[in-house]
Amino acid sequence: MSLLEVAVRSASVLAAFLVLPLLVGQTEHKVMAHMQGRLGPMYAGGFHGWAQLVADGVKFVQKEDITPRAADRWVFRLAPAVALIPYLVALATIPVHPGVAAIDVPGSLVLALAATSVGALGTLMAGWASANKYALLGGLRAAAQLVSYELPIVLAAASIALAGGSLSVATLTDRWSPWWMVWQLPGAIVFIVAACAELQRPPFDMPVADAELVMGAWTEYTGLRFAFFLLAEYAGIVVMSLLVAVLWLGGWHGPFEDTLGWLWTLLKGFAVAVVIIWVRVAWPRLREDQLQRLAWVWLVPLALGQLLLTGAGVVMGW
Amino acid sequence: MSPLPGILKGLATTARTAMRPTHTAEYPDVAPDLPPRSRGVIALLEENCTSCMLCARECPDWCIYIDSHKETVPATTEGGRDRQRNVLDRFAIDFSLCMYCGICIEVCPFDALFWSPQFEYSEVDIRDLIHEKDRLGQWMATVPPPPALDERAAEPGEIAAATKPARGAGLVGGAGTAPGAGATGPGARMPRTVRPRPAGTGTRPPTPREPLTGTPESVPDDTPPAAGPPADGETR
Repeated sequence: MSLLEVAVRSASVLAAFLVLPLLVGQTEHKVMAHMQGRLGPMYAGGFHGWAQLVADGVKFVQKEDITPRAADRWVFRLAPAVALIPYLVALATIPVHPGVAAIDVPGSLVLALAATSVGALGTLMAGWASANKYALLGGLRAAAQLVSYELPIVLAAASIALAGGSLSVATLTDRWSPWWMVWQLPGAIVFIVAACAELQRPPFDMPVADAELVMGAWTEYTGLRFAFFLLAEYAGIVVMSLLVAVLWLGGWHGPFEDTLGWLWTLLKGFAVAVVIIWVRVAWPRLREDQLQRLAWVWLVPLALGQLLLTGAGVVMGW
Repeated sequence: MSPLPGILKGLATTARTAMRPTHTAEYPDVAPDLPPRSRGVIALLEENCTSCMLCARECPDWCIYIDSHKETVPATTEGGRDRQRNVLDRFAIDFSLCMYCGICIEVCPFDALFWSPQFEYSEVDIRDLIHEKDRLGQWMATVPPPPALDERAAEPGEIAAATKPARGAGLVGGAGTAPGAGATGPGARMPRTVRPRPAGTGTRPPTPREPLTGTPESVPDDTPPAAGPPADGETR
């Protein structure tokens, strides 16, 4: 791999990383607004407020970057990067087209899942370093949530890996067949629910529950660092949606997949992102105990059952 | 799993709402469609005002300022008596105090005050919220026509006054007054108060609803018509 190729791959991932989350964010603005009988942003950029998030970014850049005096200075300032960068790595591992992925490594599924788990560490660091009781509580809740929901995610992904006989996302997508949408369905549901929880999205936003914790671990953040946390959340939606798209929905499989494969991947990922937004609008926040109960009483057994089913299926040669 | 129906119902509700038109009023771009009786601003029809001060005295927070003086109107006939009339010098409503109760409009006996749905008159300086009579008069253009009367409702006061025979007509002209003569005859008094026309009636001339059947004794009574007293009242 030449230096130029590395540069091109990095640049394209960075471009996707900066564009796709904004696209999802704008979709959230609009979809959520219409689900609540509103119009959403209408002014920024002229046409239906398409540039609203760009304007928000400009606003965040202008704000003062404040570090509280009591804060653990380096950890505090490093936390947004720790939250953001892992999703960039995870996004790089996702193949969008046959043979097209920024990082094509044999164990890309493991790499992607490992990277997304690191992202939550940024929230922990922010919560601890802020020297603020709300931030600390938010960080602790985030930690508890991470522990609970990491397991269903890994189990659901393991089921797919078992079914496809590989740990490489590209290979798994290659071996995907429509039949997977049926017998891997419980795993898909578990993965989407657990992904919402891992991203601390409503209805699993107990760590940032704004009515009781101000803004959770992000309470003390301002300006660009705060914007990085928000960007990390939307980048997380992109990564998780694309993972669901390539693992469960067949990624580039579709008509004219040799030329339009990338479009199918993005469209499927976008559809999953819309579902994640939809869930956020429709349901109220889960209480902390309900949240833990859902993970351990429902998701983990369901994921284990799925794993059992997949194992049986593979052995029986379905 | 018991919460499942509720979860699906939540998804269905939000999806259904997303398919429906939104409720957002894009106000600065699209003017709101206000009902005609909206209480936006109070308009003054200066010609109708007799400086009687009723509005200023009834105003709960004393936000109406009226100054007037008397002028002598020379007698129109030889040997007649000079008359006096009130001239309005200042009529101002302080909209920074006004609580939009509408009592002034209710109490005005001469229909000089009206509600207008206009509401875009915010100011940077609170002192500019005192609208003097010229500004209050400009609001008259925005007063909507009153809603059409209900079917078989009583006549509006102006029309009743206009169709009433002229004072003394019954005594002089006798009982054989034809229907409509009150409105068209030389002795008919047109109402002195000006008023926006009802939406339904347009420019139709006032017509009496039923023939006058009153006896000569009962027709000329001295009480002034309800809506048009200035004809008698102000120069008496």
